[in-house]
Amino acid sequence: MKTDQIILLLPYQKPFLFVDGIDAISEKGISGHYTFKEDESFYQGHFKGNPITPGVILTECMAQIGLVCLGIYLLKNELKEESKPQIALTSYQMDFYLPVLPNEKVTVISEKEVFRFNKLKCKVKMHNEKGELVARGLISGMMKSTNT
Amino acid sequence: MTNEELIVKLKAIVAPYIQDEAAFKTLNEDTDFVKDLKVNSANLVDIILDIEDEFDIRLENEDMEQMLDVKSAMAIVTSKLNA
Repeated sequence: MKTDQIILLLPYQKPFLFVDGIDAISEKGISGHYTFKEDESFYQGHFKGNPITPGVILTECMAQIGLVCLGIYLLKNELKEESKPQIALTSYQMDFYLPVLPNEKVTVISEKEVFRFNKLKCKVKMHNEKGELVARGLISGMMKSTNT
Repeated sequence: MTNEELIVKLKAIVAPYIQDEAAFKTLNEDTDFVKDLKVNSANLVDIILDIEDEFDIRLENEDMEQMLDVKSAMAIVTSKLNA
């Protein structure tokens, strides 16, 4: 499965798609990137006159790349043309280290811990362009193809 | 292992994942993981994985589908242990 096919299968769109590209993918893990655009809607309110990417959005970006893109790859044999992946975030534990400002590019690296009985759990890290650790944690979700 | 010993072990395994404290207190063979204990689907998987570790057995998709209540979990664990 090609990486651009994976992005097409994502169930998100603007303004809630936080994946620009996938750099590497295997059964074991994934790395991908996203650049937070200056005009993202949440910068208007977070914070007043001081735009900083909300932690929940960083977590969302990490989940979209680290869990959902990887999950689509892992389900590649089950996902047929017509079927879309069914997904649900079930838990996360996250630590944040540095703020992410508008126009910053982040890289998400995710390692699969377990994928059984439709539950995918990954150890996920986010780095900024300087290679500094922005956030790290564990994210779990349920995923399956709609035709099963 | 007796059924009493098994139920004690299962009770300890499900403890971190339950939502309904009252149903947990009165846990018995007829307790349903989802309907009574209000465990979510992801935590049901955690329970299955913890059962595998505790009893050193391997559970398959068909086992998972049957493991809806304490009684069926006990039956499946017992049959795997005796296999």
